[in-house]
Amino acid sequence: MSNNLAADNPSRRSFLKTAALATGSALVVSFTLPQRAFGAGAATPTNGGTLSAFIRIAADGVVTLTLGKAEMGQGVHTGLAQLLADELEAPWAALKVEHSPALPAYAGPGFPMLMTGGSTSIATCFVPLRTAAAAAREMLVAEAASRWKVPASECTAVQGVVKHAASARQFTYGELAAAAGQRPVPAKPALKPRSEWRYIGHAMPRVDSAAKSRGETRYGLDVRRPGQRYAQLARPLRGGRLVDANVAAARAVPGVTDVFDIPQGIAVVATNTWAAKQGRAALQAKMVVEKDAGFSTVALAKQYSELAKQPGQVARAEGDLKKAAANATQRVEVDYAFPYLAHAPMEPLNCTAMVTPEGVQLWLGTQGQTFDQMVAAGVAGVRPDQVSIETCMLGGGFGRRASAVGDNVAPAVEIAKRLPGIPVQLVWTREDDLTDGFYRPQAHHHVVVQLGADGFPLSWQHTVVGQPLVKGTPLEGAMMNPKTGIEVTLTEGIENLPYAVPVMHLHVHQTTAKVPVQWWRSVGSTHTAFALECCIDECARAAKQDPVAYRLALLKDSPKEKRALEMVAAKAGWGTPLPKGHARGVAVASSFGSTVAQVAEVSLVDGQPRVHRVVAVMDCGTVVNPRLVEQQVQSAIAYGLSAALREEITFAADQVEQTNFHAYKPLRLHEMPVVEVHLVESTEAPTGVGEPATPPIGPAVANALRALTGEAVRQLPFNRRSWA
Amino acid sequence: MKLQVNGTTHEVDAPADMPLLWALRDLLNLTGTKFGCGMAQCGACTIHVDGAPVRSCVTPVSAAEGKAITTIEAIAASEVGQRIQAAWVAEDVPQCGYCQSGQIMSAVALLKEHPQPTDADIDTAMDGNLCRCGTYNRIRRAIHRAAGN
Ligand code: FES
Ligand code: FES
Repeated sequence: MSNNLAADNPSRRSFLKTAALATGSALVVSFTLPQRAFGAGAATPTNGGTLSAFIRIAADGVVTLTLGKAEMGQGVHTGLAQLLADELEAPWAALKVEHSPALPAYAGPGFPMLMTGGSTSIATCFVPLRTAAAAAREMLVAEAASRWKVPASECTAVQGVVKHAASARQFTYGELAAAAGQRPVPAKPALKPRSEWRYIGHAMPRVDSAAKSRGETRYGLDVRRPGQRYAQLARPLRGGRLVDANVAAARAVPGVTDVFDIPQGIAVVATNTWAAKQGRAALQAKMVVEKDAGFSTVALAKQYSELAKQPGQVARAEGDLKKAAANATQRVEVDYAFPYLAHAPMEPLNCTAMVTPEGVQLWLGTQGQTFDQMVAAGVAGVRPDQVSIETCMLGGGFGRRASAVGDNVAPAVEIAKRLPGIPVQLVWTREDDLTDGFYRPQAHHHVVVQLGADGFPLSWQHTVVGQPLVKGTPLEGAMMNPKTGIEVTLTEGIENLPYAVPVMHLHVHQTTAKVPVQWWRSVGSTHTAFALECCIDECARAAKQDPVAYRLALLKDSPKEKRALEMVAAKAGWGTPLPKGHARGVAVASSFGSTVAQVAEVSLVDGQPRVHRVVAVMDCGTVVNPRLVEQQVQSAIAYGLSAALREEITFAADQVEQTNFHAYKPLRLHEMPVVEVHLVESTEAPTGVGEPATPPIGPAVANALRALTGEAVRQLPFNRRSWA
Repeated sequence: MKLQVNGTTHEVDAPADMPLLWALRDLLNLTGTKFGCGMAQCGACTIHVDGAPVRSCVTPVSAAEGKAITTIEAIAASEVGQRIQAAWVAEDVPQCGYCQSGQIMSAVALLKEHPQPTDADIDTAMDGNLCRCGTYNRIRRAIHRAAGN
């Protein structure tokens, strides 16, 4: 049982392997300080200088930070700017932040790809970016010292200025940058001590708030190039085939310029999005499904539930189940069923592509530029380094924009290939986004716990049924536990459960279904934490013990979870009286190296749970920006709560039944609980922030619902039934 | 057809049934107004027509002819618009930001109607605007801040 998730983080481990595998190159684990990869030659005293791939300082003192990590709302541009600006001693007001081009200098750190995900950005950049900035600062100081002919040790860099106190002289960074950029990069720059941090650990305002509040931010869908066209795709879904398309009718729609087949369907290209949409509708293409016709998630759920009672692949087998059963005085046996989920970022998927004799130009919001380059190169028949990407701001990601197969890039490049020199924007409608998605897999858990006379578990027998995320793709080996052959996304959160159980058996059935699946905010913990935290509540109930006290007794070897739970119980007033008709539920879960505990206060409104207040405790090591961590906890709670309350993607007769937001219903403003966030004070290395608050909210609310109604949640979402 | 957008009259070549959203975004290059659902479910496309909040994805251009259209690009021209935008920045409301043009257009319309909105007023006025990033608590705070509550 490992409490040190940071060192044993399956997702991060997978990323490293993934990266090595996907590029076929040796894994670059050490971070090499990016040299002045580009632009240095162009530096002149009038336009400033480039001090590293990340830092450019203009003559007027404006500091431009160029970041390989994608901003999708998680605040990574602000957090990384804090790391860089702190060590650089740059004034906050002088900062400008931009997405980098898709060049190797911006890969990783720690793996040779541009990729944003797995809640890793701050954790992995924490030392490398500060080191790069400290090097830049030392170069500025060295330049000033050499101009004054004094030792560098007599000079200090403070807020955009290098000073020589003894002679009361100073240079601005802008005055030094061009020449400083030509100096050798120091091998071992000295990082500031924690006590001197002026941005790290502080609630710095977001660098992107103003532009986003003026509607000026450019997302992928806002790309407007000269001569641009707009495309939509008639899509045969899940192995089907389109027949009887009325191409003439589509061509007759004013504004439609081209209609042609590509491997992914029938492309309709037009001078504006509306014409493309009308053209696609005019096709009136019918879909024929030949294989596995009539697929339904109801049938799949039945199949999964039966499978869950059978032995599967063994992920963990410790201790003697029979002996435990013989000594048990009580047995808790529960099932949990989880639906497919869509990411549904507010900005529907899109990709703008242009193919020229030199290569491919892409404009899109993406979490995975290197994958996109490989996909586009494959389609266009060029090398990946001939694919340039302008990363636009992302209107939400949640894992959807980190596709290893480039399901948005591939058809866009196919279309652009047919129209050389013309930028074409392929637009997903919301219907495309929901019905042609890559989903969080449907899953089923079966759990049998034997309790001893003291009420505590003698054995924990857990079976997970679900679809692996990357089976059959080049990433298959990378995300699999080599000893068991099981993908980590089906075991994370259960295999390493924090509770002391003397006998633990975990079986997994890795299924195949023809539904495309993908990582969804917090990945495997989206369902493993629910099963674990609801089942442990059932055990506490069977043992007639308080759910918090019961957990704490079982967390004696898991200090992080124990501390978070104690803190959340205290902050939430666990055990204090509530208004009539209200109840509390608790859950704690660790993922991406961080631990989050939550207490939810719930009542019933029209037979459905209404969450009034959530108290959350987050332990993510060193906090770079408390304001952003609080935002991410709130955001993750909204996202996880939406899913728990009423989100599901179901298939009937082969079709997705939820086609737009009238049927797939994220939380709305009036349903948002008050969220109180408390951060554990820590000087440990920073760990994940974007995802770890998602897993506990579902089980916390389910446990409150159980306390309120006496009935346990066995199926998600909660609105599968009325709770009145 | 003539459209009067943000105080300027534009000649647009659009079929009568084209939703205003696409005329703004694709024909007039005003991309601040966003596409989220196309069926009046998410509010990302909210604009003002003669001062009233409207979902531009389901409003045909023909219905807006001769009316005053205001988009996020010009909302700072009104004093209430400035106050809302300042409150949005002060509260650091946006995350991905994609929904926020629509949120701000709805919030400005609310404050014009109810200068001192209650929580219930906010619930009602903002119910049609989804935020997948879950910025709702800060949206509420920012509206109260802009109202001087
Ligand atoms: S795009 Fe108009 S309401 Fe969603
Ligand atoms: S800020 Fe991302 S959808 Fe609202």
